[in-house]
Amino acid sequence: MRIICPHCGERGLEEFTYTRDAECTRPIDGGAKLTKEWEDYVYFRDNLKGPRKEYWYHSAGCHAWIKMEREMSTHEIISVTPP
Amino acid sequence: MSGYRLATGGLIDRARKVNFRFDGKSYTGFAGDTLASAMLASGVKLFGRSFKYHRPRGVFASGSEEPNALVELRTGAYREPNTRATTVEIFDGLEASSQNRGFSLKYDPLSVNNLLSPFLAAGFYYKTFMWPSGFWEKIYEPMIRRASGLGRNSGLPDPDVYEKITEFCDVLIIGGGADGCKAALDAAAKGQRVILCDENPPLAKLDLPESISFFSRTTVFGVYDGGTYAALERLNDHLPSSNAPRQRLIRIVARRSVLATGALERPITFGDNDRPGVMLSRAVGDYISRYGVSPGRNILLYINNDDAASLISTLYTAGVNIAALVDARPGSSSAVYDAACAASTPVYEGAAIIRAIGRWGVKGAKLRLSGGDEISIPCDIIATSGGFNPNLALTSHFDGEPIWDTGIAAFIPGKTPPCMEVIGKAAGHGLNANIQPCFHSGFFPGKSFLDLQNDVTVRDVNLAELEGFTSMEHLKRYTTLGMATDQGKTANVNAIGLLAKTLGRQIGEIGTTRYRPPYVPVAIGALAGAHTGKHFRPTRFTPTHEWAKAQGAVFVETGAWLRAQYFPRLGEDWLQAAQREVDAVRNAVGICDVTTLGKIEIQGPDAAKFLECVYTNSWENLPCGKVRYGLMLREDGMVMDDGTTARLGETHFIMTTTTVNAGRVMQHLEFCAQVLWKHLDVSLVSVTDQWGQIAVAGPQSIATLAKIVDFPFDLSDMSFPYMACGELTICGGVPARLFRISFSGERAYELAVPARYTHALVEKLMEAGAEYGITPYGTEALGIMRIEKGHVAGPELNGQTTAHDLGLHKLLSKKKDFIGRAMASRPALKDPKRQSLVGLRSVNRQDIICAGSHLLPLGVAATAVNDQGHVTSAARSPTFGSIALALLEHGPERHGETIRVYDPVRGGDLEAIVTAPVQYDPEGKRLHA
Repeated sequence: MRIICPHCGERGLEEFTYTRDAECTRPIDGGAKLTKEWEDYVYFRDNLKGPRKEYWYHSAGCHAWIKMEREMSTHEIISVTPP
Repeated sequence: MSGYRLATGGLIDRARKVNFRFDGKSYTGFAGDTLASAMLASGVKLFGRSFKYHRPRGVFASGSEEPNALVELRTGAYREPNTRATTVEIFDGLEASSQNRGFSLKYDPLSVNNLLSPFLAAGFYYKTFMWPSGFWEKIYEPMIRRASGLGRNSGLPDPDVYEKITEFCDVLIIGGGADGCKAALDAAAKGQRVILCDENPPLAKLDLPESISFFSRTTVFGVYDGGTYAALERLNDHLPSSNAPRQRLIRIVARRSVLATGALERPITFGDNDRPGVMLSRAVGDYISRYGVSPGRNILLYINNDDAASLISTLYTAGVNIAALVDARPGSSSAVYDAACAASTPVYEGAAIIRAIGRWGVKGAKLRLSGGDEISIPCDIIATSGGFNPNLALTSHFDGEPIWDTGIAAFIPGKTPPCMEVIGKAAGHGLNANIQPCFHSGFFPGKSFLDLQNDVTVRDVNLAELEGFTSMEHLKRYTTLGMATDQGKTANVNAIGLLAKTLGRQIGEIGTTRYRPPYVPVAIGALAGAHTGKHFRPTRFTPTHEWAKAQGAVFVETGAWLRAQYFPRLGEDWLQAAQREVDAVRNAVGICDVTTLGKIEIQGPDAAKFLECVYTNSWENLPCGKVRYGLMLREDGMVMDDGTTARLGETHFIMTTTTVNAGRVMQHLEFCAQVLWKHLDVSLVSVTDQWGQIAVAGPQSIATLAKIVDFPFDLSDMSFPYMACGELTICGGVPARLFRISFSGERAYELAVPARYTHALVEKLMEAGAEYGITPYGTEALGIMRIEKGHVAGPELNGQTTAHDLGLHKLLSKKKDFIGRAMASRPALKDPKRQSLVGLRSVNRQDIICAGSHLLPLGVAATAVNDQGHVTSAARSPTFGSIALALLEHGPERHGETIRVYDPVRGGDLEAIVTAPVQYDPEGKRLHA
């Protein structure tokens, strides 16, 4: 797979680390209380066909985190943007 | 004609003789021969025994699709099983041997399997060896594995060298035939960068422009995402073993690709069609035109299409007798008929071969003529052509399903991978003129093999169909059709044709199995490349490594690093050395290289705010010039890492992480800074390698340091108390950072200098501390002291422990958001029943507590139900004897209790007293001593 890093240009998959999906955002309530939003954020993920957003880390490159949208059934990369 | 070598012809170099051995016997061939062509030239027909029935087998094809002639190459650790004799180039001294046979190729006791074949039909594993169930693992499976299977692994580490490279191009051309070469030249003419890969050795000298990189002996075996292709180049397989790389894995990144892989012939199936001497007709032509070898002297052709016309003239020109032309078509085409007449060959139209005659090699063929009469014709080769299959395996690596083309009776590429164009025969162009599909002759007195490599017969396919395995994917898995090294390249289509006929359906409806990478077998060694053993990842050395080596240090791997474990003096074992080092630190002064701890610079106006987010405790109130211990959680509330962070300035912090987690913490902090709190103005950089750091620990540490710090830096407790930090110069101007922190529990400092000064620094420190008995110490002594002091480390931060478990819950701020805050508040994670950190001390001083031991109450059975925890870290303290840190249910409530420490793995069973985690100097007085 080839990934276009917004900072470095096109690089091989081996320079990147996939970490997690980027479909949900961290609750901003400060975390004083455990809520359903926190449970969803930490534990629950949908595994759907179609375009999904993911966080990747350019670990063997510029150390930038990138947000990548991919088609799950074909691996086709739709977009790569800063997070 | 000498032997089977023709007097002229072929692309071999007849001036260069090559000597090689097969099964211990010497043979001679010519440079340019394959093992198969050279042995055929010497009259050898028998190459091996089959997979299941141990039937004698010869060469069937001329390329990588060969199902039969599998041999072992080379000897000892270099032995390589399951190599196709048709692709092995011979060289002087090559040692090859047959495989899957008994005492010799000719006498194989397991050929009795041929008689037992009614019990060895499709799915026999699942039926015959069902009971008694205990027999499977110990008796049946080892027996079957011995009897069947392909070649033997050497069982030794692979001594060969492999490489990996990456290449880039505009166009990748796969296949160096006429179509491929033309496509390459066309692209080069347009100014594009071209890579041309061809599976075969470069027989003819190709005159290619420089913009074309030509890789011969290179098979493209997989297509991957984003225009990435994997290819295997056999660099030195055609030469005697040497230290040069044997094979090279090439990762090719191409904007587009052109598949010009041609087509592979399929046979027509008939009885005993596995006898040595039954071959593909195109292979017979290849041996004549490429190697000047005629596989036989009296060749019978069995065909259903026009391709054989050229073979007839080739044979005629070469002076090889053609026994007969058996054409499965009711009326032969003029192209074939005219060629046969020109060669004075008898033609049988609408006829079929019932079976091959001859056990060790073909002696003739039994025919059924169109009128129903049966006759036998003597011959020594049956060359069969059932038509050609476009070689489209790579087109289905992106889930493309091949489509059945009734016009040419073959599967052609369906949806191809992105940016791949298929040309020539691979696309089905110019194939199978006047073909009338004939997958099997229809008369089966003996075994008729569809898949020669896996010994799958027509009867197996019929049986599978009867038992309900009517999808091709099921049929494949039930019968093993199309598996192993050839992946059914010559077998699949005939099986599909047979299944379609049995089910009364169209071939197009049944479809074919999807081809997956790799197209040809690839050695695991080639995939690993140079990344084997110690080369799997780099070894990291501390800046004082050479110095420690000179002091006689013994080293230990910690993460990717090699650290000094202990510095033995003459006659000392590890324990004596480590305990002496501990004594030196406790009573005088010691130094230890702690460079391996992760060091991260955190700078920016929001640096303190950022630390509030990632650490559980508070940071904005940390004064400049002070250090604080920090605890970091994962978002799920478990402890991730810990360490000290120093505030060098209002906007400048230095974080330390544990050695092993340094990379992970950096990645995590980058995520927090770039994604979660991107509005914070903060920058991070890892400086682990840039700063060497030396711990100077012990009561005399201050006196030692006083000799090297530059005026006017004041080390006194008043101006530089415990947990102070500062920037200074040492040794007359060397920039340094000093942290008054202690892992050992003694008065201690960590002194950081630019890495290049570290070696000189330890020498200076040794000199400065000589009068106090300064002693270098390693990770063993470090470990003893941190366990005495109850400091947690890797074994306690095991990803399953919470701040409560480790007694660090006071560090969980209630006033702010931090990573892991919400999840850490879950009641179950604060349950006092959870296993929590305690210290242990053995009741009898001679008893040794081992890490990993289980903790049980006294007087209960050693069962999992009674298990209450385990020992995480153990140490042999010179002060306390055998001590440990452990995780124990209700731990903090049980100080003073005697428990059982049970270690079934090493046979340990002893009693220990539960203590507070901190056993040495609990009040911390010595930090100021």
